[in-house]
Amino acid sequence: MSSKPLKRIHLAAHFPGVNNTTVWSDPAAGSHIDFDSYVHFARTAERAKFDFLFLAEGLRLREQGGQLYDLDVVGRPDTFTVLAALAAVTEHLGLTGTINSTFNEPYEVARQFASLDHLSEGRAAWNVVTSWDAFTGENFRRGGFLPREDRYSRAQEFLATATELFDSWDGTEIVADPAAGTFLRDARAGAFAHRGRHFDIEGRFNVPRSPQGRPVFFQAGDSDEGREFAASTADAIFGRYGTLDEGRAFYADVKGRLATYGRTHEQLKILPAATFVLGDTDAEAHELAHEVRRLQVSGQTAIKYLEHVWNRDLSSYDPDGPLPEVDPEAGENTIALGRASVRQFSDPLATAREWRELARAKNLSIRELVIATTARQTFVGSASTVAASINDLVQADAADGFVLVPHLTPGGLDAFADTVVPLLQERGVFRADYEGSTLRDHLGLAVPGGQAGARPAGRRAAAS
Amino acid sequence: MSTLHLAVALDGTGRHPASWREPGARPGELFTARYWADVVAEAEAGLLDFVTFEDGLALQSSSPVAPDDRTDRVRGRLDAVLTAARVAPLTRHIGLVPTVTATHTEPFHVSKAIATLDHVSKGRAGLLVRVSGLPYEARHFGRRSFPVPVGELTEEATDHVEVVRRLWDSWEDDAEIRDVATGRFVDRAKLHHIDFEGPHFSVRGPSITPRPPQGQPLVTAPSGVLHGSADLLYVTPRDADEARSAVARAAGGPAHVFGDLTVFLDEDGPAAAGRLARLDELAGGPYDDDAATFTGTPAQLADLLQDWREAGLSGFRLRPGTIADDLPAITRALVPELRRRGAFRPGYGAGTLRGLLGLDRPGNRYSDRPAA
Repeated sequence: MSSKPLKRIHLAAHFPGVNNTTVWSDPAAGSHIDFDSYVHFARTAERAKFDFLFLAEGLRLREQGGQLYDLDVVGRPDTFTVLAALAAVTEHLGLTGTINSTFNEPYEVARQFASLDHLSEGRAAWNVVTSWDAFTGENFRRGGFLPREDRYSRAQEFLATATELFDSWDGTEIVADPAAGTFLRDARAGAFAHRGRHFDIEGRFNVPRSPQGRPVFFQAGDSDEGREFAASTADAIFGRYGTLDEGRAFYADVKGRLATYGRTHEQLKILPAATFVLGDTDAEAHELAHEVRRLQVSGQTAIKYLEHVWNRDLSSYDPDGPLPEVDPEAGENTIALGRASVRQFSDPLATAREWRELARAKNLSIRELVIATTARQTFVGSASTVAASINDLVQADAADGFVLVPHLTPGGLDAFADTVVPLLQERGVFRADYEGSTLRDHLGLAVPGGQAGARPAGRRAAAS
Repeated sequence: MSTLHLAVALDGTGRHPASWREPGARPGELFTARYWADVVAEAEAGLLDFVTFEDGLALQSSSPVAPDDRTDRVRGRLDAVLTAARVAPLTRHIGLVPTVTATHTEPFHVSKAIATLDHVSKGRAGLLVRVSGLPYEARHFGRRSFPVPVGELTEEATDHVEVVRRLWDSWEDDAEIRDVATGRFVDRAKLHHIDFEGPHFSVRGPSITPRPPQGQPLVTAPSGVLHGSADLLYVTPRDADEARSAVARAAGGPAHVFGDLTVFLDEDGPAAAGRLARLDELAGGPYDDDAATFTGTPAQLADLLQDWREAGLSGFRLRPGTIADDLPAITRALVPELRRRGAFRPGYGAGTLRGLLGLDRPGNRYSDRPAA
């Protein structure tokens, strides 16, 4: 048997957000808006030596059947603002935020990320997502103009344009020499010009090069285009973890695409989202996991979920009864707006048929069917079982690590930090302490660009 | 003698273009959080009502038409909202008022960012609305051809603020109900589409961010940038008479009218003037600003502020010529002098920025609307 050295695991934490995995009815559930919740969550992640905290974004409240959706957590704070504030109460933790490339402009987003990277001393990361729906566009002056087929081309050009802006300063321009009267070495610092299909802009970028050169780029998305985009551009990719085989296939596929772009396996980290339920024993954890699933999928939630596939009002159905005999409404899905999950059902008739068969075979009610077919907890068991599972999956090249999504705000990470992390540290597969100060350090990524490790003059002065 | 309010304008190392060359100016640290944390901590130690953070979406330039390619002045800035958010957890009392450019930004983004700054600072957020008619700034966005008439910019900014304000109100304060019995997290009857329609924006709403602690964070703007709608206006009188007419012009509008003043302070009055002269020499020309420039002692400045306060201004936004020298002169000499005279409050009495300025928490335009 070969003695391949053990891979180091990367761990991150997703602040629980707007989805039915967040159990808000638990007596221990706190605010998802108060800054104190973010402080608790971030400090726990940092205590556990996690690579980063991840914060999603929303740009329109979800609606279903023509009404605002009221069953899950509703509402979020602004991603950039929370991350900048968290930089004040943490020292090492990476700060990753989803920012949409459809309803923003490259100049503004690039300067926000460059600012965040300065203000956090090199801990900023950007999860680039796109949106094309007119529903979200109704909150923006751009409207909903983006054709679906332009989704990745705009995202790609957005990222390329932002990169040109980040690279418009090489990190050596600021000399700030009062005696000589020279603030800038280069009169043309920040000069850029981009002419493309989506953006035609030129001028001077007004944030000097940040500690990481540019923020770490994350990408989500499982389509062929999405994988290619990630392989060409991203530093890390979020995914969904299904089974060991699916994980390994995804991992091999995406890492296999890197060579085309002259990149190595180490230059792209694959970090699927994962949920977990811990117990003192495996049996206790499984029991608890079952309870959590019941809380996550109420009868009403199950009906609403079914409506995504049926594309029609099913409110008259009993969640504890059988699946509807009526077929899904054909055509464009308009019942649920602002929900990404709707789009995963490309053939609703086939899905309905499949679900009816499954429900009949196992004698499942609507609610039980939804619980059985929607994502379950990735890791369930005692701390040692969960630590072993995570390690096994990483060593088997099903992932480079995981982005953990607890079901409780803000204390959902506490037990993981206290019990699972020490076991991973004992095995020598997770850091005992931070070994660097930037997120690139944590992820083992180099600073991009010609001036490797270049820092603005001020930072050198401040460090000396 | 009535009391007055004090704010300080933060911009790089100070208002004077050569201020970065002064001893203690820390020009090499302008892009670090520590610099901003230190400066805001100094302002808070002086019990000031709030600080404003200058910002723009272009590199600073001494020319109104193009980047000036100068290498002898501070160039580059961090995003003001993020800088304010970064210092919020490190401060407890002082108001944080970042500049936001209404011309090129989305009101939906601005609304949730300032609401979040208010959540993060527990009720100390405001914004300073700026418009930009600079063609070279517009080219960073590439969407519209510039120049556009000033009137159009102010109309757009006025609509921008209207959208921002409606979004702040789009959640009633008690919209989040967490009703376990019915499974409802929010009461959707307390969330409101804002349905704003105008030539520059149409925004449906509601916000994604719940109503901020202050209900409506403080909207501030230089005189002339907005039509109505600001809680606080900055004006730039040259003397008490101009202050009086500026206040008269604003009558019936904002709750506060603050006078902007650039200040060079020293316990030795001629030394302050000497410093300005020295900085002018380094800059290669006399300092010129839209606001009046004061040189003298903190006591002399206190006289002037009291005089202009009597003329009707409710407070002042001082622009330190050099932050390293003039900010401590404000916090450690001017403020104690004003307090000795009973013209400035002895401590932070209120927990929110609106509270500090004696403003109530406003009602909600949707929930407080009379039934149709």
